[in-house]
Amino acid sequence: MDGLPAVEFHNLVKQFGTVLASDHVNLSLAKGEIHALLGENGAGKSTVMCMLSGVYRPTSGEIRMNGTAVKIHSPKDAAKLGIGMVFQNFRLVQTLTAAENVVLGDSSPFWRTRRWMERKTKEIEALALRVGLPFAAGRPVAKLSVGEQQRVEIVKCLYRGNSVLILDEPTSVLTPAEADQLFTTLRKLKSEGKTIILTTHKLKEVMAVADRISVMRKGQMLATLDRAQTSEREIARLMVGQDRSPPKTRVPREPGEPLLIMDKVTVVSDRGRHALDEVSLTLNTGEIVGIAGVAGNGQKELAEVLAGLHVWKSGTITFREFRWKGPSVRGSIKQGIAHVPEDRMISGLAGGLGSVDNLLVKSYHSDERANLGFLRTALNRLWSQGLVEQFDVRTAHLDAPVKQMSGGNQQKLLFAREIHQRPHLLIAVHPSQGLDVGATDAVHNLLLGLRAEGRSVLLISEDLDELLLLADRIVVLFAGRVMGEMTHERADREQLGMMMAGVT
Amino acid sequence: MELFTQLLTAAVASGTPLLFVTLGGIFIEKAGIIQLGAEGLMLMGAVTAAGVYLATSSLPVTLLAVLLVGGLLGLLHAFLTVTLRANQIVSGLALTLFGGGLSAYLGKAITGIPLSGAVPKFDFGVLGQVDLFTLSSLALVVVLQIAFFHTSFGLHLKAVGDNPATADVMGIRVQGMRYFAVIAGSMLMGLGGANLLMVFSPTWIEGMTTGRGWIAIALVIFARWNPLGALAACWFFGFLDTLGFRLQLAGSTVPPYFLKMLPYLLTIAVLILVGWRTQHRMSRAPQALGIPYIREQRF
Amino acid sequence: MNKYRLELDPSGRESPWWVTIVALLLAFSLVAVFILATGKNAATVYAKMLTGAFGTEFGLTETLVKAIPLMLCGLGVSLAYRIQVWNIGAEGQFVAGAMAATAITVYLPGLPAWSALPLMVLAGIASGALWGLFTALPKVLFGVNELIISLMLNYVALQALDFVVYGPWRDPAGKNFPGTPAFTAAESLPVWGNSRLHMGLLLALVAVVAAWVFVQKTRWGYELRLLGANSEAARHAGVNIKSYAVLVMLLSGGLAGLGGMAEVSGVAHRLLYGISPGYGYTAIIVAWIARLNPFGIVVSSVLFGGLIVGGYSVQTLGLPSSISNLLQGAVLFFLIAGSILGKVRVRRREAA
Repeated sequence: MDGLPAVEFHNLVKQFGTVLASDHVNLSLAKGEIHALLGENGAGKSTVMCMLSGVYRPTSGEIRMNGTAVKIHSPKDAAKLGIGMVFQNFRLVQTLTAAENVVLGDSSPFWRTRRWMERKTKEIEALALRVGLPFAAGRPVAKLSVGEQQRVEIVKCLYRGNSVLILDEPTSVLTPAEADQLFTTLRKLKSEGKTIILTTHKLKEVMAVADRISVMRKGQMLATLDRAQTSEREIARLMVGQDRSPPKTRVPREPGEPLLIMDKVTVVSDRGRHALDEVSLTLNTGEIVGIAGVAGNGQKELAEVLAGLHVWKSGTITFREFRWKGPSVRGSIKQGIAHVPEDRMISGLAGGLGSVDNLLVKSYHSDERANLGFLRTALNRLWSQGLVEQFDVRTAHLDAPVKQMSGGNQQKLLFAREIHQRPHLLIAVHPSQGLDVGATDAVHNLLLGLRAEGRSVLLISEDLDELLLLADRIVVLFAGRVMGEMTHERADREQLGMMMAGVT
Repeated sequence: MELFTQLLTAAVASGTPLLFVTLGGIFIEKAGIIQLGAEGLMLMGAVTAAGVYLATSSLPVTLLAVLLVGGLLGLLHAFLTVTLRANQIVSGLALTLFGGGLSAYLGKAITGIPLSGAVPKFDFGVLGQVDLFTLSSLALVVVLQIAFFHTSFGLHLKAVGDNPATADVMGIRVQGMRYFAVIAGSMLMGLGGANLLMVFSPTWIEGMTTGRGWIAIALVIFARWNPLGALAACWFFGFLDTLGFRLQLAGSTVPPYFLKMLPYLLTIAVLILVGWRTQHRMSRAPQALGIPYIREQRF
Repeated sequence: MNKYRLELDPSGRESPWWVTIVALLLAFSLVAVFILATGKNAATVYAKMLTGAFGTEFGLTETLVKAIPLMLCGLGVSLAYRIQVWNIGAEGQFVAGAMAATAITVYLPGLPAWSALPLMVLAGIASGALWGLFTALPKVLFGVNELIISLMLNYVALQALDFVVYGPWRDPAGKNFPGTPAFTAAESLPVWGNSRLHMGLLLALVAVVAAWVFVQKTRWGYELRLLGANSEAARHAGVNIKSYAVLVMLLSGGLAGLGGMAEVSGVAHRLLYGISPGYGYTAIIVAWIARLNPFGIVVSSVLFGGLIVGGYSVQTLGLPSSISNLLQGAVLFFLIAGSILGKVRVRRREAA
């Protein structure tokens, strides 16, 4: 690596209100390098990349390219500097052909005959072939596979002459074979002098293709390592950090009878891939089972299947000795499964409605809440008042729209509603995400409380601290498969980190 | 042959005002905006044409005035729907109401006064006399067809109407293009009204469009957002219109109403067929039609 | 460079109530300009409109007569809009109801009031609901946009209306007047005193209360509200979105159809060409102004009824009756602009 670094970050800071998303990040990238940026969700990788690609503006700090300081205030600025980013959700117009998408934004030439378009299409196909990412450029994007669509995105960057390429979790949508092909292409592009940054959480891939690796955690750049001089274990340790707080005293419990038995369950996602791949899992009564893993490895589908929202392709699910025939939301609710979803304002609560209406969501068809189709209004208000007080939900008044509450109170309301049903199983997905310390403690106590009552919790979380604190057993999901399982006593942070990153 | 020419002439005469409005509607909807104010725009175009021509006897000035009025009303709709992101249906309906009322109000003084010899005709031999509006409409179809499908402008417009977020990221000025489309399209709609008055029925009467604006909105869909399709659809509609009348004259017992229902039933049938076969795929409609675009940014 | 910029927050609050008042004032001021431009006194004109619509007994009853179809159609579309089903087919559903009610008089003539009227009511509701179903089915089965289908069906209904009115049901003694023979007294809704105000008002008010009870107090109304507030959360609760799309179209169409029945039976006493001067479309605005609230719809439909009647009454001053359309449009424009008020934020630009 000679000459000036292609890209440098000097003490880059990004603050969103009170949240410090990027904490004095320093990084230096050379020309002709493949650099992997590693970290869990929320570690800060996306924020840094968004600053480089002009989606966000740094609060302070400097970005330099080839030694000169630059200001990147918009994606257009980034494009002018030769920086291109391929996001996880593609920026493609589905109704246009691949070639049309690639040339989109170019105002010249104004006049485009059919022949011009055909010529361009061939040109783009040739370019794609040359770098090893072929696709049919004359087809509407909607007719291309997901892997092919990603290729269009990459070729779009190359067509614009981008010298810096940022790929955000690129293999999350690819099959292993496609991923290998992508890596071959990246190596080729590297040999042409391009600088490539990959954000990812998958260790194996990092070790396969990266020259250097940077690890981020909680907004901070922890270290930059040469791939040749490090090991998977070292990287994993950096990713998940050290044990910080002393463990709270937990009351050890004997697990009870099997409550939920999932046997080789396979779930096909919207994109046609196996979101869950022959997953077998057992949950007993009075147990908190934690599902560890970076988001996007099947956790969402696991929660949805159990909540009755998603169909499964093969395998059996048995709950309280009753084998399920198919997904049914009402069925799951009736059998005593409660669900606190990940996006509380999208899937859990209706922001424009008040507390009473939101509390009724799972129980409005029961006899206590309605009589012959008519809601027992007065009774329901009293009941709501009671719940709000019991769970310490702070709200202006019962009818105030829920969206005006703080995140912590919204979560408490959601828990109130779900726990009130006296569920046998509560599925909690990232329950303390975005909550402050006080609210997080409240949520943890609620979960432990359920356990004390002999009920079960399936705790899906990316926060290892949370899982190590609460879970009796931790199961790690990676790419839809169970990588491994650990009991609370034997839990090893490093080992878990490695499993989460795909290393057995 | 004589009958055929007669029918064709009548079909074109009836269809051309519609064509202007339909082309305007296509332009606007391609950008992703719904313009339900067509009826109001037509009426305002007609009353403006009548008033200005009676006052100035100058065709160029009249046409300029019509374009100006259509443009201003279009600007209003654009401001409400693109900048303020208001409900497009309600805004369009308001425009229809307002345009209808204003045109009636302004036209009170000139009701019933006939225009004469306003529009020049060109001789095309065996095809007979073709007036300026008809010629322009044909030219417009060609121009728009090329513009939409063979220029970078057309590609950008399609992107804006299908996926404004992506268009924005790719550096296309979404708001600017939407404003342009709405103003230009509304001008065309006003022009359609002027055409109706100056060629078809050269006397201003309150509400003289009798629902043609609404018909054009339907024809936009029937034409599948395609200028050549609009040409076929409008002339087809004009043909059905004339046919019904002539069948009645010839003593036919087939009620003309069923013929008039045909374009709408056909549109429904086409939409169902397309929907059935492309359950999970794209329809021809601009994907973001009717949805206001708000740029999401956390700065 | 600007230090501030405007930003739209779509989840912001509803605009405050006084915005409606200000919008009305601005609209009336704008139209006053047009009135003054033609040399008339705006104050006189508005005073005449007000007295014409609300000042006399006749005016008041006329206003209410116009309000009835607006109320029923408005109520209907408001239910659909609660869950973002864009039904603009109220016009066709209204006409369908009018035609069905008339069909009873044509094919079952001479019935006494106690059987004719209920039958006509049922026919009106059923026919409107069926017309609404024709919009719902393509939507849930094939994913076709309901806005387009309902619009197309309006035209079809209007052509069907023309067909029966000029054809098989035409009054032979009609003297070139396109309409059916007059309904018998038994087939006409009873009126109040000497006015044209008919029992349809009662039906409309009952419908308003029923709609309110349904939406606020029943579990299906709850599901509807939940679906409208957050369809994803509703899905997580097991609410079937497609069933509700069909249900609201049935209800929507049924209410509009009832409006059609009330109009032919209570006001026109026959089916005639132009039975609806665009009630179905004005109803959309009536519902929107009232923010989909049933009681608000009562108020806005009376307001618009008043505007229509006021418009007629100023014809003696030499103004076209369509001045009311002018006012309606202006009011609407200002309301649209005002509705954004609660969502606009002023933000400081970040230092470069």
